[in-house]
This record gives sequence, structure tokens and C-alpha cells, in this order.
Amino acid sequence: MDIELRGITKRFGSVVANSDVNLKIRAGEILGLLGENGAGKTTLMNVLSGLYRPDEGEILIDGKPVYFRGAGDAIRAGIGMVHQHFMLVPVFTVAENVVLGVEPVKALDRLDIKTARAQVRAISTEHGLEVDPDAIIEEIPVGLQQRVEIIKVLFRSASAIIFDEPTAVLTPQEVVEFFGIIRSLREAGKALVFITHKLGEVLQVADRISVLRAGKIVGEGDPKTATSADLAEMMVGRPVRFAIEKRTTSPGGPLLEVKGLTVLNERDEIAVRGIDFTVREGEIVGIAGVQGNGQTELVEALTGLRRAAAGTVTFAGNDITHASARERHRQLIAHIPEDRQRSGLIADFTVAENAVLDRYYAPPFSSGILMHWPEAYAEAARIVRDFDVRTASIHTHAGNLSGGNQQKLVVGRELGHDTKFLIAAQPTRGIDVGSIEYIHERIAKARDEGDGILIVSTELDEVMSLSDRILVMFRGRIVAEFDGRTATVKEVGLAMAGVVS
Amino acid sequence: MTEAAPKPAPVAEDILRKAVASRFDFREIIALPVISVVIALILGAVTMLATGVGIETIGRSFVALFVGSFGSVHALSETLTSATPLILCGLGLALGFRAGLFNIGAEGQLILGGIAAVAVGFMLTGLPTIIHLPLAIIAGMVAGALWASIAGWLKAATGAHEVITTIMLNFIAYRLTDYLLRNPPIQKEGRTDPISESVLASAQLPKLLAGLDPSLRIHFGLIIALVAVVLVYWLLFRSTVGFEFRASGANPDAARYAGMRSGWIIVVVMACAGALAGLAGANQVLGVLGRASPNFSAGIGFDAIAVALLGRSHPVGVLFAGILFGALQAGGRQMQVAAGVSIDLIAIIQALIIVFIAAPLLVRAIVPWSFRARAGARAGAR
Repeated sequence: MDIELRGITKRFGSVVANSDVNLKIRAGEILGLLGENGAGKTTLMNVLSGLYRPDEGEILIDGKPVYFRGAGDAIRAGIGMVHQHFMLVPVFTVAENVVLGVEPVKALDRLDIKTARAQVRAISTEHGLEVDPDAIIEEIPVGLQQRVEIIKVLFRSASAIIFDEPTAVLTPQEVVEFFGIIRSLREAGKALVFITHKLGEVLQVADRISVLRAGKIVGEGDPKTATSADLAEMMVGRPVRFAIEKRTTSPGGPLLEVKGLTVLNERDEIAVRGIDFTVREGEIVGIAGVQGNGQTELVEALTGLRRAAAGTVTFAGNDITHASARERHRQLIAHIPEDRQRSGLIADFTVAENAVLDRYYAPPFSSGILMHWPEAYAEAARIVRDFDVRTASIHTHAGNLSGGNQQKLVVGRELGHDTKFLIAAQPTRGIDVGSIEYIHERIAKARDEGDGILIVSTELDEVMSLSDRILVMFRGRIVAEFDGRTATVKEVGLAMAGVVS
Repeated sequence: MTEAAPKPAPVAEDILRKAVASRFDFREIIALPVISVVIALILGAVTMLATGVGIETIGRSFVALFVGSFGSVHALSETLTSATPLILCGLGLALGFRAGLFNIGAEGQLILGGIAAVAVGFMLTGLPTIIHLPLAIIAGMVAGALWASIAGWLKAATGAHEVITTIMLNFIAYRLTDYLLRNPPIQKEGRTDPISESVLASAQLPKLLAGLDPSLRIHFGLIIALVAVVLVYWLLFRSTVGFEFRASGANPDAARYAGMRSGWIIVVVMACAGALAGLAGANQVLGVLGRASPNFSAGIGFDAIAVALLGRSHPVGVLFAGILFGALQAGGRQMQVAAGVSIDLIAIIQALIIVFIAAPLLVRAIVPWSFRARAGARAGAR
């Protein structure tokens, strides 16, 4: 099936999300759709999958114009979408989820689970999507859940499949498996769209690349000849530097000393197993590791959000093992939390309120119980200016900002004043290339000013490009240490998988 | 982003989210409540039609509803008298909503506040009004605050859900009141039925317009309510405490990250809410009733939940919502007299208003144009 989008324009009020977009999707081909957050990728695909109706332009399937009145029409036309956030019922089995809504039934409308199971098996074997039809969704890993989503789409006889940021939730190994799946779907003659903002991934897997910026197609690329730098420039609209200049730093004395730290998770299992490390002044230490190897618990213990079960944490000579989050903050330890939307920001609060979220309690932002809003507004305006936060005003709700700008707001709040130490968890997760570059620069600048910095990230590239020293965490332990200037992706990657020489 | 699919919000959390309006949003704060009230009134008329009330009588009852609430100085006085405790109690509930606490216990806090105010109001003798009245009011506030703090403490210390604990505390408060009203020293001497001693003149809230006409019931409690509106606004939007309240309500994880002490905040919010409910109770016994009897609260603590919801948990919104509900009460009494329509209809209308506030989509389905631009604006922000 070949699909053509002709002159698609979609407006929301005065905002033009897509402007005169032309796109061809061909059977047996993977189209990489590249763009920053907010570039209009998702809107465009929602038009294609029938969720939005375009204001102008038309969709042609095999040369014939089609009109979708809803998602149902698009599904019937053979267009399926695998969303970034899975639409699965966690307590149902794989087979039940796949057939949900189009269940095979026996007499009296009883679910025919046998047939469902057989159908799921047939699709799994045909496309090499191995998964147990009787497994419960919440008990299987994310990578398998994604397969279930793909099977779901195939079950509804899709000949074109759109993947919205499919790799965002996968581990590096799962990404490799996903590439295998998408390639085999291509061999099966499906028309595929791979939406992402990760340059390396499109270059690896796509047959053609289209770049979307501010709602317009700004360029096309051939993955065989295009380079990351070309594509990034197309995406952002200006040249992007990938590597942070690594000065030969001369770190000072030890600042944060962790000794024998053991931390439990919610289920009282040991998540961090008696680890030791030191971060010195003027040094960036990166902790690499696949998600779920104790990094979250480590960061929470270091920032006072989780109790340490054993061991000590010393900061600038003071024992802070049992200090509260606020006490640590008062000692100028800044914290960029792992998930800005869960804990870093309050979506219903304004930019200004968020700008003082963890500093509201002391002068100049308050005295006694009286808030000094003018000072808070001034601070917010300064962060917005210094950290390039794109917002209509400081009174805009933080929830209305794009992910990158939300993160710049968090980084600005944490780094925009005098700090001695920064604990940054996933500082650039899910944000656009331009913002990543900017945030990395600010972190490097804080280091150059003598701050100790601990970066915890599952993005290996990020840890590699920023860190002066790299620690690898695996199953709650630090299993390897590398010099940031000489480490290679291969050796760090192997350590992340638990293979240590 | 790797966040999991959003968890299905429990009912209480869902209502809480709808109870708190984003500031400066005309549609949220003005359009939705106004449309809800209008639709509820229309459905009230439909209810009357369906039960065989003639068109002419319906017309008369709506005229009576209006005349009885805003049609004369006397009507206005009745409206504001009924509105005062609703505003006070609604402010307390709004504070809780803002902090993410669904306090169902205003009724119990209000009753005990009233009893405490009565006790101080007749037990202390020989004091001038300027000392006696504030003491009685403070007693009411303290009693309400302590009662509410129990639920707050239970939540902070054990995680017990405040909806459950406050409902249970309501029952305990009812029975405790019955007990106190049947036993000395609260029970009126020489009586066998449950009724309290009368509040001394020195502890009564002065009538505001007694000089004009002694039957005008409007009293000093209204001034207290207006001051409370300003104070609660200040607390919520100008103080660090309010900042913590709102942060905890809007995103408890972020509040914890920012170093706020959630347990302490829960107890303080509940205490403030209880103090306002207790103040509403004191207002009733010291300003209107002069003593306490069973059911003297007349369900104000529950109606106030509707007031806080309708007022979108904003102090100014609560003020107007309280006046509206006060008007429905005052007008409803007139309606019953003039048109013979049961005052129960008012309860139906109030309930419908809550339904529409809690289900904005319903309003949108009935009046599609009212929300069209908003939906567009939200999608555009993506």
C-alpha cells in the first residue's frame, strides 16, 4: 500500500501545527520522520491515523483520495499506529489485549480465547514476533509489550504502520530487537513510518528520511549519504555541536563521598548494594547503566528523598546521610530530578511559581510566611532569559511548555544560582537536540566554576560526552570505572550489560 | 519519556482535580459555574413539569425564588444570613481541595465548633461583649480545628484516607453532640429534650441592621466571612504556607522533591479547614440560633462542599457561590410559601449544579459552543 499526503495543513486556533506537508509512504519501505519535540510529527501522524481532520490537503491511498472521519476509518483502510504510550490493559493476557474490541466469539457472545490464542500465535510466527499469548501484560518487559502493540495492529490487518517514538522506552538491547522486527515487517511489504528525534536510529534503520521543523517538511535525507550533523542542522535550523569540549580538568578536593551506601526500593529489596565513590570539586562523574539497576534509588538516597539503609554520605566534610532534602538543598546541592513532570515541576503552576519551587522558603523570595512575589517574578524572568526558556510569559503554566523548555526551566532553577554540587538524573531525557546541547553546556559551565557534578543517565552518549570519569552501575553495584577521555562506547556498553573484564 | 500509562484516578482525586480551577481562566472560573447553574435551574423546572406542576405555577415559583432572595432588603438579609456559614465553611473546604484533601468532615467540625461556642457563650458570665464574643468564636474555631486535625494526623501518620476518616468523624460528632445536649452542663436546666442553654447576650454576634428593622437577621458574621475571604486569599496566594498547600495538592511528588514536609502540611491544612468550619458553626449559634439543638447544622457542612466546588476552590469564587446557595435557600423558603413548591426542589437544583461541575463534559455536550475555543487552545499547545 502506498500512501501520499498532499498539502496537509492543520491549525489549532492560531497555531499552525502542520503547514502544506507533502509526504510519500511506500510499501516495503521504512520512512524515518525526524523532528524536534513540537515540530508537528505527532499531529501529522494523527491526521494520517484519522484522529484529526486536516484543514487543507488530502490523503491518497494507492492514488485514490480517502477521507477519515475517525480512527476507525483509518484502521479499516489498513493504517495502524503504535503509540509511544502503550494502550494495553495491564491485567489482561497478551491474547486478550490483541483481540480487544474485535474479539472472536462463540455462541452467546462468549470470548473464544482458543481462537484468539491461535490467531496471536499465527501472527507471531509469521513476523517473528515471539511472545507468549497467555502472559499477563504487566508481568512482561516493555520490549515485549511493544511487540504486543505491533501484533495488535497486524491483527487488524494493517498494511501501513506508524511507530511514534518507539525506542524511547526501550533498553539498548530491546532497540536492537526492535530494529530486527521493523526490518522484517519491511520484508513483508508493509509501509512503515518511524517517528523519532534520535538521529542515530533513523540513520540505522530508515530507507528514506524526512525532516519536519515547525510544521513544515524542511528536508529529505538519504540515510546512506546523510550525516548526523546534516540532519541535526535540518532539525534545529542551525549547526549543532555534539561534543562538549573537554578541558583537561584539574579536579580539587573530594566533595561528595559515598561509603558503603545501601538503599532499598519500595518492595524492600536491595536496590543499591553498598557502593563507594567520590566526586571531587570541578569534576563531572557520570553513572552509566541500563535503567532499573539501582540508579533511581541511588539518586533519591543522595538527595534525601529515600532513607539510606546502611553506609554514609559525606558532603564537604559533613555527614549528610540522614539529612532531609531541604537541608541538602540549603548546603547548595542542586538536584535535577529524573522525571521533570512527576517531580521536577508542577504543571498547574506558573513558570514563576516553578522557578522558586524549592527556594520559596527563604529570602529573597519570602520572609517569615510572606511570599515576595516581585522577587520571584524577577528570578523567573532571569531564568527564562539566561536559560533560553521559550515561554509566552512567566505567568504561563509550566504544563504548556514543551518538554525541552520545561527541562531548561528545571535546569535554570537548579543551576541559575550559586551551587556547590549538582546531582542530575536523566538531565536531557525526551527533549530536543537544541535543548540537549544547551543543557550540556550549562552543566559543563558549572563544572568549570568548580562544582562537583554527578550525572546519572541511561543515555550512554550523554554520559560519554560529558563525564570526566565514568562509573557503570549494574544490579546495584558499581562494576567498572573508566576515564572519560579514553573510554570507548564498546567497553562501557559491555560493562552496562554486566560483562566486566 | 518513560512514564507509565496514567493510573486511573480514584473518584475522590478526580473530583479534586475538577474542584481546583487554574487561575485566570474565564471559562473554568466563570463560564462553567454559570452555565451549570442555568442548566440546573432549567432542569429544576423540567422536574416540576414532570411531576405535574402547571406552567403557571412554575413561573410563579421562579419569581418567588428571585423575589425571596434578592427582591427586598429583607430577602437580601435572609440570603446573606444563609450565605455566611456556607462561605466560611466553603473556604475551609476550598483550602483542603487546594491541598489535595477531600475533607467530607466539615459537618462534624462545624457541629463541634458550634457546641464549643455555645458552651463558652453561656458558661462565662459577666464579661463585656468585646471579650466574651471573641472568646466564644475562638472556642468554636479551636474545637473545629482539633476535630479536623484528627483526620489530618491519621492521614499523615498512617495513610488513612481522609474521605473515610472524616465521614466517620462526622458520625462520632453527631452522637457526641446528642450526648452533650442531653447531659449537664450543656443541656438547658429543667429540660428533658436535647437542647443547650442559651448563649448570653454578651456572646451574640450583633445584628447589623437591627436599627432599620429588628426582624432583619443579617449579623456581624457576614463581616467575619468577608474578612475570611481576604485572609484565605492571602494565605493561599501570598504566603509560603499557601504555596506549600497548593504545591502539595497539585503535585505531591514535586512538593516532596522541593523539601516540603507533607505530613505537617496535611495536619495544618486540616486544622485550618476545621477552624473555618468551626467558625461557621459558631456563627450559626452566636448569630442566628442563640443555642444548639440536634441538627442545628442543617447540613451546612455538606452544602459547603458544593459551594467550594462551584467556587472552584477560589476564595472569591466561594464568596459568590456561597451567596448563590444562600439565595437558593432564602428564595426556596419564599417559593414554598408563595407557590407551594416543596423546598426539596432546591436540594435537587443544588445537586444538579454539583453534577455539572463535576462533569464538565456534560456541560460541553449540552452547550457545545461554551468550550469549543478551549479545546482548540489546548490541542494547539501540544
